[in-house]
Amino acid sequence: MKTVLEILVTLLILSNLLLMGSSRLGTLIRTVAAQALILGLMSILNHWHCLEWGLMLTAFVSILIKAMILPRLLTRAVREAHVRREVEPIVGFTASLLIGLLLLAVSVYLGSQLKQPQSGYASLLTPTSLFSMMVGLFILVSRRKALTQVLGYLAMENGIYAFGLAFTVRETFLVEIGILLDVFVAVFVMGIMIYHINRNFDHIDTDKLAMLKE
Amino acid sequence: MTSLLSFILALTTAPLIPGIINRIKAVSAGRQGPPLLQNYYDLAKLMKKGVVYSHTTTWLFKASPVIQCAAACAALLIVPFGGGAALLHFKGDLLLFAYLLAMGRFFLVLGALDTGSSFEGMGASREVLISALTEPAFLLGFTALASFTGRFSLTGICHSVSFLSLFESAGTATLLIVVAMMLVFLTENARIPVDDPNTHLELTMVHEVMVLDHSGPDLALIEYTAALKLWIYGALLIGIVNPAGRHTLAMGLLIGLAGMAVIAILTGFIESIMARLPWVRVPQLIASALVLSILASIIVGW
Amino acid sequence: MTLFLWGITIIFISGFLVFLPGRGKAAAMISQTALIAGSLLTAVALYPVLIQDQVLHISLQWMTPEIRFALHLDALSALFILPVLLVGVLGRIYGSRYLPAEWHAMRQKNHWFFYHLLTAAMVLVLTAWNAVLFLIAWEVMTVASFFLVLYHGEAPSVRRAGWIYLAATQVGTALLIMMFILLSGPSGAMDFDQLVMPAGIHGTLVFLFMLVGFGAKAGLIPFHIWLPEAHPAAPSHVSALMSGVMIKTGIFGIIRIITLLQTPPAWWGWVLVGIGALSGVQGLLYAMAQHDLKRLLAYCSVENIGIITLGLGIGTLGLNQASTLMAILGFGGAVWHMLNHALFKSLLFFGAGSIQHATGSLQMDQLGGLLKRMPRTGITFLIGAAAISALPPFNGFISELLIYRGAFESILHFVNRSLPHQMGGLLIMGALALMGGLALAVFTKAFGIIFLGEPRSEGASKARENAPQMWGPMAALALGCMALGFASPWLIKAALPVFKTLLPTFQQDILLAELLELQEMLFYILWGSLAFIGFLILAGALRWLLLRGKTVQQAPTWGCAYSAPKPKMQYSASSFTQPLVRLFKTLLRTRSHVHSPLSYFPTKADLHTHTPDLFLESVYAPLMQWIQRLTDRMRWVQEGRIQLYILYIALTLLFLFIWKL
Repeated sequence: MKTVLEILVTLLILSNLLLMGSSRLGTLIRTVAAQALILGLMSILNHWHCLEWGLMLTAFVSILIKAMILPRLLTRAVREAHVRREVEPIVGFTASLLIGLLLLAVSVYLGSQLKQPQSGYASLLTPTSLFSMMVGLFILVSRRKALTQVLGYLAMENGIYAFGLAFTVRETFLVEIGILLDVFVAVFVMGIMIYHINRNFDHIDTDKLAMLKE
Repeated sequence: MTSLLSFILALTTAPLIPGIINRIKAVSAGRQGPPLLQNYYDLAKLMKKGVVYSHTTTWLFKASPVIQCAAACAALLIVPFGGGAALLHFKGDLLLFAYLLAMGRFFLVLGALDTGSSFEGMGASREVLISALTEPAFLLGFTALASFTGRFSLTGICHSVSFLSLFESAGTATLLIVVAMMLVFLTENARIPVDDPNTHLELTMVHEVMVLDHSGPDLALIEYTAALKLWIYGALLIGIVNPAGRHTLAMGLLIGLAGMAVIAILTGFIESIMARLPWVRVPQLIASALVLSILASIIVGW
Repeated sequence: MTLFLWGITIIFISGFLVFLPGRGKAAAMISQTALIAGSLLTAVALYPVLIQDQVLHISLQWMTPEIRFALHLDALSALFILPVLLVGVLGRIYGSRYLPAEWHAMRQKNHWFFYHLLTAAMVLVLTAWNAVLFLIAWEVMTVASFFLVLYHGEAPSVRRAGWIYLAATQVGTALLIMMFILLSGPSGAMDFDQLVMPAGIHGTLVFLFMLVGFGAKAGLIPFHIWLPEAHPAAPSHVSALMSGVMIKTGIFGIIRIITLLQTPPAWWGWVLVGIGALSGVQGLLYAMAQHDLKRLLAYCSVENIGIITLGLGIGTLGLNQASTLMAILGFGGAVWHMLNHALFKSLLFFGAGSIQHATGSLQMDQLGGLLKRMPRTGITFLIGAAAISALPPFNGFISELLIYRGAFESILHFVNRSLPHQMGGLLIMGALALMGGLALAVFTKAFGIIFLGEPRSEGASKARENAPQMWGPMAALALGCMALGFASPWLIKAALPVFKTLLPTFQQDILLAELLELQEMLFYILWGSLAFIGFLILAGALRWLLLRGKTVQQAPTWGCAYSAPKPKMQYSASSFTQPLVRLFKTLLRTRSHVHSPLSYFPTKADLHTHTPDLFLESVYAPLMQWIQRLTDRMRWVQEGRIQLYILYIALTLLFLFIWKL
């Protein structure tokens, strides 16, 4: 079981690197959905021998919302906005990958300075969660299209969720529901905003919103 | 004893591997395909032929296939197979292995430049790019394995690591390195998705075009070297996965051969499913092998 | 010691012999013979030091009680002196044919005078045991090499290169003076065995001054900017001497200062490792983007110095962690690579000189097909290229192997202790592997484009093999490369005196045990190399057997049925490395200037690429311009009137008088 958990954490790291390096919006959406799925699976597998209904329900609901409903909404938004790729990000893709490796090194260093969590997940989850947060933030900052920024926000939230998984031993219910509500509301707000931006400007380049200040 | 037997087995059976790969590719495409022993027939045919040299080439062009073959054979001495040890193993043989193959590559590229043709020049220029990236990927992958097993020798590593370690501490890391080494296997042997060994379309290919001007016994040596390299990298992959020291001599060799066949079939399938990547993606593919190796070290060191 | 002193004196005097009256040729021959004699004498004097593990020492009263004329010849100095003598002599023989035959011209006489002076000064630098003597010899070395670089001083580009070189080394020397002052401490003692590394902030300052001062001479990034300017400007035998030997005096200085401490701090090792890896990779990347052969070789020297410094860093970490194996592998690999580099870099620079002498050009895009026209130069250059790419069985492989193993030992040492340090070790291996791959690219480009294919210009097609004095030294160095590779197992055991000097704190029997283990590894490598040669013979025999009685035809190269191939259609040097240069474009910033046809019909177009040195352009040039603007403001001090200057002198004297009272 430990190995399976370790493999899942490794997949999480790889998915973050994929987020940094890929330009296709479809791939990005699916990766973020896969991250949510992995996190849900991890919380179930960790408590395999002492499953309770609350835990199963939380995991199930979070997988449903973050890995199925939200991605479907986002895919629909992608189709309506007629974009398929992030073409000209502020930081190029190869440079993003190198920065991603650097962030991985930083998060491994930071993780080694924190105290080890007792919750039973692979101890590698701590640096991975820090890494996910940093990757999400980086994507938020370095991409132009509003949709990619939403996906960056979702990746960051996944990271926070993972951090919560690693460190909370009891009352995980509260943390998870809190994060879920956060995600749900934010995506809805962002979705409405994207719809309006697209309707008024006919594109979703947030960079060009800077024109509004004149 | 195992070592000598596996060495001779390698020298004799290596041309079978491209045969299996081509057969799988043909069968996947719905064709009958060439016989499994086709490579042997090709080698025999080439060895019987005369040779044509270009006016531009020098003695280096004639020496290049000989040097490549010698380098591959010498590298084969260091590769363990069938659960046994290699004929030549010592602490640090990993580096001799990598640099012997680099010697072969050096003369392959120089032989290509000797013809003074832009086709070979293109192949040479792409080959140095690919090898500049593949060498760190290969060395870092094996160094990561070496650092968890504490043995800095190909034989030592293959004996200490196997698929059973999946259930131990270094499990995930071994898995990542196996994937990375599969990518290195495809790259070093000029397979799809890095290069197409089938067609001789010069404008898109790398390895095939560098040997375009060779003929007769020279070409036979080169084809044989390519088959040897397939065997070498396949044996290393099997070595990482296969647990050692548990079988008798015959059983070990048999498992090794079976593993080689599995790798050949897998390569055939990969070649049938994928197309060659656009050229700008090839360095990214190799870089991802590098990233996987680094990630493996981080995971184990953690 | 007497023999040694005689040897140096003869080398020094041989420089003056070139001014003997008469037709210059005889004088030049006499001075050349004297140089060879002096070098042989000195080499013989080294025998007891290297083989019998003696230490020769002499200390004479000189200027003040602290400033003595003290020479100290131990195994490390002897090992560094050997390449000085070898390359010095071979360069002299080479240069006698390479330079235009103007024996009577003053400029050539001056040139040889400074050449002999440089050789003598380098030997003195390597044996000086007093800080002031060391600095004096260092300055003589710098000034002599400055004049050597300026042989073709009528060209403005050569003068510019000379000035950059002088400025860089003078800044370095200034820092070295400060470093020695800090090291001599309150007692003011200047003898090396009385120097003491201060603690705390002063120790850090010593390290930094040492790094910049010796690093500037050695050519570490970011102090390397003079290398790619000075080496192409200098005549080839001078480039060989400078690149093969002179920059190693910087490494020698670093080794001496670090080994002053029994346990240097760990961050010193990591800084050395970092700078070494950076120099290695960046140097090779710049080498890849060059069009001029000598600039390529100069940047390659930067890379090799980076590898040596990497080794020094690993050795320092070994000292810090008290790991004998790491220290031996690190320092041993560094020193061995120093020797190797002296051999193959000199060989390559001699080759570049031969190419320039025969074709008149060093632009790789203008050459081609020289292997047929200059076979001896070609094959020796090939051996040099294979050796520098660290291919077995040549010597470059052995030294890089030692450093690789040192990096691996550092990984093993830090496993379960510290993940960041383990990652550091892994990154060293990655950097070394990347350097290996890139070196292959650079040297297939250098050898392949120049010697293979069809000649791309008039000058290249008219090339003829040079005189024996030019390919002879190259052949000697090529044989040396092979010998050093094959004799490696015996050499590492025989190098015990060198390790004892380097690592005096480790016990001799432990050192010997580790060396024996390494010797075993090198024996296996020898077996591997012999097996490779065996397979070569077998495959070659097979090919010969198969080709007996078969037709061997000649035809034009297959050009896909294109019937009029031209040399211009071949890959040029820039196009060969273009994929790699493009991959690393963030680090290289190659500029291309394209003139494409403006209208719809084909007209002439051209493309020109240029890779400026990032540090020269973006760091040093703006800095120098800022300093110049600042000092321009102070121009008012230089009035021009002599009365004002006398007033300045008087005021200063008055001030000093008042101060002292």
